[in-house]
Amino acid sequence: MGARRFWSWLWITLGALYFLVPLYATLHFSLQAKRGTLSLLAYQNVLADPQFYRTFAFSLQMAAATIVTGIVLIVPTAYWVHLRLPKLRPAVELITLMPFVIPAVVLVFGLIRAYSRPPLLLVSSPALLVGGYTVLSLPYMYRAVDTGLRAIDVRTLTEAAQSLGASWPTILWRVILPNLRVAVLSGSFLTLAIVVGEFTLAALLAWPAFGPYMALLGQNRAYEPAALAIMSFGLTWLAMGVILWIGRGRQGGPSELTGTH
Amino acid sequence: MPSRRVLGDWLGVAPFFLFAVAFIFWPAMTLFVGAFRAPQGGFTFANIVALFQPFILDAYWLTIRVSLVTAVGGGIFGFLVAYAAILGGLPRGVRTVLTTFSGVASNFAGIPLAFAFIATLGRVGLVTVLLRDLLGLNIYDRGFNLYSFWGLSLTYMYFQFPLMVLIISPALDGLRREWREAANNLGASNMQYWRYVALPILLPSLLGTMILLFGNAFGAYATAYGLTGGSLNLIPILIGQQVRGDVLHNPGLGYALALGMVVVMAVSIAASAWLQSRTSRWIRRGA
Repeated sequence: MGARRFWSWLWITLGALYFLVPLYATLHFSLQAKRGTLSLLAYQNVLADPQFYRTFAFSLQMAAATIVTGIVLIVPTAYWVHLRLPKLRPAVELITLMPFVIPAVVLVFGLIRAYSRPPLLLVSSPALLVGGYTVLSLPYMYRAVDTGLRAIDVRTLTEAAQSLGASWPTILWRVILPNLRVAVLSGSFLTLAIVVGEFTLAALLAWPAFGPYMALLGQNRAYEPAALAIMSFGLTWLAMGVILWIGRGRQGGPSELTGTH
Repeated sequence: MPSRRVLGDWLGVAPFFLFAVAFIFWPAMTLFVGAFRAPQGGFTFANIVALFQPFILDAYWLTIRVSLVTAVGGGIFGFLVAYAAILGGLPRGVRTVLTTFSGVASNFAGIPLAFAFIATLGRVGLVTVLLRDLLGLNIYDRGFNLYSFWGLSLTYMYFQFPLMVLIISPALDGLRREWREAANNLGASNMQYWRYVALPILLPSLLGTMILLFGNAFGAYATAYGLTGGSLNLIPILIGQQVRGDVLHNPGLGYALALGMVVVMAVSIAASAWLQSRTSRWIRRGA
């Protein structure tokens, strides 16, 4: 038993070190903008840069648009598949997993090629970026909503609403969606965490988003990028914390946090 | 009447499928068609054949090596960490903390991750400086470079092993205490239990997750770009350069590159799903 404990602690410690050392190094580095002393100068520089706010606000807007698009697209579809078309479930699941088959860099390549000629000239429209982000968020949004639907009695709720004379939009908006609050919120925050720092789509579609801004700063500055990394990490942490907090006491939490790149 | 209802049913999911066609399948199809189209029009295999030139084969080889090393390395490391937390006799809180941290780390990728590793293992990174000042070991003199194969692999490991922890945890939960007790009662040693009971059950899941990690590293663009600025000859970087401007001087070759990547990803995800389903059959039967 003693030996087993020893090995367990050893591996956990190594894992913790792999996780924490780069964070500590980044934090340490970000505080050294003033020679010979620790200071918050790098953070002040970042926060004084109007580009920081402009790009961050842009990415937040894109994230909001992506979340709304994702909810409007996924909630009715997943609901309908649960209620009426269970045969379609494998096809819908397969589509939501497509971002794992088509990586972001290939997706954006295809989007540019498909939509850069009239009459489908969308390449300079934010709709294309939001569409691409919605594709990237499909696996997380769908899995969250699907898990949420499994936990409620969709059929009974629907029949009860119907017998009271509710229309389909009313059922979705006032009966199903409120019952999926936790699931939709988890999916939304995960989408937020993914979209705000996203680089590939934003850079290759040439949008002034937060991801490309960070990359540009990384080429020109030394300490500010480290400060940005810490702030970005804080944001990811916040999003995950909110997801765990709103989903507390539920089964199947960890798998909803899974993401790929 | 029934046909009207069927039509209504399909209308409910139509927006989703239309979206999928517009933003996934139609763009993918245009790339695939482009991969087989000659510059003057007409069908050709020339672009696919052109993939087999040394420069591009080198890129595939480097991308495969990075993906393989981080999938196997991250997979084994992640498995050991998850095993220690779940079955290693540690306090229950350890697992909760590990799950949370893994959720954050597996989503902490791209440009900020590259910055973090530059601050850690770059030329003036904390660990580089500590090793030099405390141990007199200058890793850059010894051939280490963050902006090359091993540096990139160490960086990818940061999101690879937490992903393994998250995916393998349910499978570890599925290992039933009764199986171990039964094996022990029949006189099996610890090694024998692992060799004949636990590992055969976990192996498909382990391999499946490693293949998933392979695909995860194979398609990664942002982290590689943030770290190397596009100087490393990786397939995603090549595709990115091709998108920014026709660096290959052959659009068709760019589409063929994209097609090649999707084929690799599709094969790995299919193999992964098949292997995962083999484990879940066992776990479900046991539960």
